[in-house]
Amino acid sequence: MGAVPRESLRDAYGKALVELGERDPRLLVFDADLSGSTRTALFGSRFPDRFFNVGAMESTMMSMAAGASLGGRTVYASTFAVFAAGQAYNFVRQSVAYHHANVKIVATHGGLLVGADGGTHQIGEDIGLMRGLPGMTVIVPADAPTTRTVTFAVAERTGPAYVRLTREDLPTVTDGSFAVGHANELRAGSDLAIVAVGSLVGRALEVAAELATVGVSSRVLDLASVKPFDEPALLRAARDTGAILVLEEHSVLTGIGALVAATTSENYPVPVRRVGIPDLFGESGDAWALLDRYGMSAERIRDEAWELLKIRGKVQ
Amino acid sequence: MAGSVPDERIESLQATALEIRREVIRMIFAAGSGHPGGSLSVTDLLAALLFEELHVDPARPEWPDRDRLVLSKGHAAPALYAALALRGFLPREELRTLRKLGSRLQGHVDRGRLPYIEASTGGVGQGVGMAVGMALDLRLDRRPSRVYAILGDGECQAGGTWEALMAGAHYRLANLVVILDRNGFETDGSTEAILGIEPIADKFRAFGYATIEIDGHDFRQILGALGTARATTDRSTAIVARTVTGKGVSFMENTHVWHGKAPSRAEAERALIELGVPAAEAAL
Repeated sequence: MGAVPRESLRDAYGKALVELGERDPRLLVFDADLSGSTRTALFGSRFPDRFFNVGAMESTMMSMAAGASLGGRTVYASTFAVFAAGQAYNFVRQSVAYHHANVKIVATHGGLLVGADGGTHQIGEDIGLMRGLPGMTVIVPADAPTTRTVTFAVAERTGPAYVRLTREDLPTVTDGSFAVGHANELRAGSDLAIVAVGSLVGRALEVAAELATVGVSSRVLDLASVKPFDEPALLRAARDTGAILVLEEHSVLTGIGALVAATTSENYPVPVRRVGIPDLFGESGDAWALLDRYGMSAERIRDEAWELLKIRGKVQ
Repeated sequence: MAGSVPDERIESLQATALEIRREVIRMIFAAGSGHPGGSLSVTDLLAALLFEELHVDPARPEWPDRDRLVLSKGHAAPALYAALALRGFLPREELRTLRKLGSRLQGHVDRGRLPYIEASTGGVGQGVGMAVGMALDLRLDRRPSRVYAILGDGECQAGGTWEALMAGAHYRLANLVVILDRNGFETDGSTEAILGIEPIADKFRAFGYATIEIDGHDFRQILGALGTARATTDRSTAIVARTVTGKGVSFMENTHVWHGKAPSRAEAERALIELGVPAAEAAL
């Protein structure tokens, strides 16, 4: 992976937000005392009159953002994922989602890659929580170029959205192509489908490249648009490959794996294996070492891939 | 200002409030569930707002320069629906559909289904936050509109209420008025027995609000406070309206029992008679 450059998703978001602010003079941005980390500070210094740093009141930030949007504005609200989806859940539910308010929640620091701050600041439940809200668009970009496109794309779409970003710089694995509701096929293949989101898309491509060296052809789908998601592309992958490996830096109980398993099971049952955060809270540590420790290492991904290939009789 | 409000206006507001209270009883009886106590306590505040203070137009409910009303205590929906019907925002006969499947009249107020419902509420502690967001939006657009949020007293136990109040004060939102329907009771009993919120006016003052305490059933005091709020241009106003839960129906007053319970037919008819409905017309 050494050759693939890594870039900050948060920087991409902050810069895109400033561009959006130039385009849309009514756009507002809210943050809850983390504007340096989320990069909304870039917008705040450029447009101080349209930036509200409300302090550490994530819940009420959601109500304020909703109230400010109902007159026809597009409003972005940012904080860490554990606060946006966790702390503020019922405020996102009632104030934002129930009103179908035009609020774009861009949450940074999703998953375990928060690293040293530890288990209280990491979250593996946010995608499941947000995906369960009627009308909520949920996007998990895999890299900086996609983050940039997504920041614009959610503004084009009226209604609430939850965008989950990662604290760590991630390998740039896409050209930034993204459309809500469409999966991005990053690698063609017919023996196995690897469906991944966010930080694990890079590892999906790594493992796919390794498998290719021994003659296994893996299709890699970046499912950045989690809701709505590209059901036809998923079912095509099921039919074409007969086995799906899901990679997500999210709880396997309520995340993408559960979505993929349910969807294939109802429409075209194939073996599905889930790699993600087990039913555990995280802990402090080096960010990438945490992924390995919690079952998302390249080795584990490779093992699960082999298991699926064995089940399908494609390897001995 | 209040002093200049002629007696006939006050009498008219009293008559309107009485009619709202009768509708509240009929609606909740027909629905078989609902919140009479807090609906009857907030009735006079709603009548004063919708029939005197607010710049609204039933013919143009989405007029951009309208004043906004957020009923943060969304369980008092029957009182708001009845007031809106009498004000011409919805047909009066529709009131009987409250809480029925397919009705626009949801159990807690619901934006988007009915004209002039600015925010969906119910889960407590979010209404003031939404009102603060609206007030910021309107001020940025330099609109003359003002935002009125009506809080229940149980909501003063919710952290979100105080977060939002802090924000309103910080942004010096002179176009924001928070009105507390201080009827003293929540679902399980009296607020002071469950988790005391007093001295509540001091708390609003400490949070930076121009704070006015009134009798929430005295229209001259209500209109006086709203006039003072309109004339306050440097900060938000809080009005602590001391009210009586179940106001107007003797057996519903000053008890938590009627916070969230519908009257039986006999109880509803007795309530209507107490509210001045002739016995011959009180039968349900």
